[in-house]
Amino acid sequence: MGVARYEKNEKDAITEVIYQSGIKVKPTYGPKDLEAVGFDYEKDLGDPGQYPYTRSLHPLGYRSRAWTTRQYTGFGTPQDTNERFKYMIAHGQNGLNVAFDLPTQMGYDSDSPMAEGEVGRVGMAVDSLQDFEIAFKDIQFDRIGSGLTINAVASIMLAMYQAVGEKFGYAKEQISATPQNDILKEMIGRGAWIFPVEHGVRLVCDTIEYSVKHLPRCNPVSICGYHIRESGATPVQEIAYAFEIAKAYIDNLVGRGLAPDEFVGRFSFNLNVYGNLWEQVAKFRAARKLWAKMLREQYGVKQDKNLYLRGLFGGGGSGLTKEQPENNIIRGAYYALAAALSGAQTTALCSFDEAYTIPTPRAALLSLRTLEILMEEVGLRDTVDPLAGSYFIETLTKEMEERILAEMSRVQEMGGMVHAISTGFIQREVTKQAYEFEKSLQHGEVTKVGVNKYVEGEQPEVELHEYDDSWVGTQIEKLKDLRRARSDKDVTQSLKTLEQTARTGGNVMPVLVECCRSYATVGEITAVFREVFGEWNEPRLF
Amino acid sequence: MQDKKIRILVAKPGLDGHDRGAKVVCLALRDAGMEVVYSGLHRTIDEIVVMAMQESVDVIGLSIMSGAHLPICRRLMERLKEKDLADIHVVVGGVIPKNDIPKLMDVGATGVFPGGTPFDDIVTSIRSWF
Repeated sequence: MGVARYEKNEKDAITEVIYQSGIKVKPTYGPKDLEAVGFDYEKDLGDPGQYPYTRSLHPLGYRSRAWTTRQYTGFGTPQDTNERFKYMIAHGQNGLNVAFDLPTQMGYDSDSPMAEGEVGRVGMAVDSLQDFEIAFKDIQFDRIGSGLTINAVASIMLAMYQAVGEKFGYAKEQISATPQNDILKEMIGRGAWIFPVEHGVRLVCDTIEYSVKHLPRCNPVSICGYHIRESGATPVQEIAYAFEIAKAYIDNLVGRGLAPDEFVGRFSFNLNVYGNLWEQVAKFRAARKLWAKMLREQYGVKQDKNLYLRGLFGGGGSGLTKEQPENNIIRGAYYALAAALSGAQTTALCSFDEAYTIPTPRAALLSLRTLEILMEEVGLRDTVDPLAGSYFIETLTKEMEERILAEMSRVQEMGGMVHAISTGFIQREVTKQAYEFEKSLQHGEVTKVGVNKYVEGEQPEVELHEYDDSWVGTQIEKLKDLRRARSDKDVTQSLKTLEQTARTGGNVMPVLVECCRSYATVGEITAVFREVFGEWNEPRLF
Repeated sequence: MQDKKIRILVAKPGLDGHDRGAKVVCLALRDAGMEVVYSGLHRTIDEIVVMAMQESVDVIGLSIMSGAHLPICRRLMERLKEKDLADIHVVVGGVIPKNDIPKLMDVGATGVFPGGTPFDDIVTSIRSWF
């Protein structure tokens, strides 16, 4: 949950403040502190929109454009999801963020025995292109971009998104999608991986390479410090591991003969906002700067726009509590403030009932309103990077930067991210942090309101999204009808080509688009990959 | 039976990959002196039973976030009975609504520890069975 540790004396005065990243905070800061960390305006900040972009990617920040809001949505049937999409768009949301159910994320069809009890539970069930045709009906593909929150089979979903866009009459150059597509972070936290590490990375990089060549408006990877942090990592580890993951993908693509300038501009990040407000702001400012510097100095990236750390700063799920759930509304507002003070380009906020289950429409709308109030009522669009020049914030930003670099060095010493994940090093580091945090919460060293302080007895009832599985039979019937109606010849042929391409190492994306067009199912396509690549054997952690 | 170390298999059944809680509990049980085996992700009930048998564990701890804890627990109990392993204690953790706790106990769980249960409570309960 990531709040700081406070030591107090007998009079309840604070004697020591230690952030999750280990930084000790002083009672006051002044010009001498900036001197001590070697702060230099031009070198460390630059004006907004100027290298190294610590202050902002754009010279006018939110003055020119408020953030994009992209609440995570999707449950049940494609039809239900379509209705919820339209509801959110009608209420002012300008991008979609699609949730998939676990069988889809793990490459099983709704009628697979592995899918039992999970169809449509945590997101929408997708078996074939037919489901996308329903889910995205009447969505303007040239205006609304979609985040596709899926990883192991992100390549299939991006291909399907292209296929459905084309079916609706949009050219592939018009469609805008951001598949999450970060398999390495799934292996650290969240756990929706299928294939061994090297094959997982290959699929990620196939999508990136394909997008660079054929889908100009798609951002094919969203690197997620977010879930690493949700799994227990500190803010410093969150950024360090995300950057080391990014480097693993960059190195793979460079190995294919691509120049970083051709593709790094398509990378985006998904980073977490919960925790101590100042630590979060400093983290994002340090991250923007380090990313730009790393790309320029280590990878020779030349174009300014390719140096931008773009992404979604939001969520905050781990900060929410089941206890006194309405407190989460307040927490969400402060987390959103952290995102706004950090210059988040895109944001989304976990809803107050998400410590229990996926949000009700009312809760999701409340999150959207929280974001709108910040932008339109309380002055977050007034001026760019309003905390810049603060003795405290600038000192903290420098300290975060140093710690992130040190943590990145540790990963490099382990042989880089792919190796560090294969051996379980990163997973053990993150679990250790999660354990330490849980202990300090249980011992009352870290305060969580409603959990270990200001505790109330009985909890108020919360209206919850109910999982309704009465339609699962219909989804399965629909799938069976589809299998009867489609051309077996086309399906078999496209899957056969896929198998050959997967084996020979060519880019699988063009043939995946063909597979989707032939209405091959997600389960059938993934089965081909499972056959060729095998499945990942997790390293033993304990 | 305090001399013998309690052996416990912490298992993640099903497709859900959120294993922060399971792994943290592994460390807490290990620090409490138990021998802990972690199943890893995406396990079927049959795989969990085989692991429990191979590792000769005294306790199986299921970590379930998906809401499917009742059917999963029921199936595990059936399989354990079939394999003559009914003496293994089964405990359940994860996202478990309060109302489901007595239902899980009826199905045959020896203990239910929803997310946020203090480590000391989990350890004390498990020790009390041996």
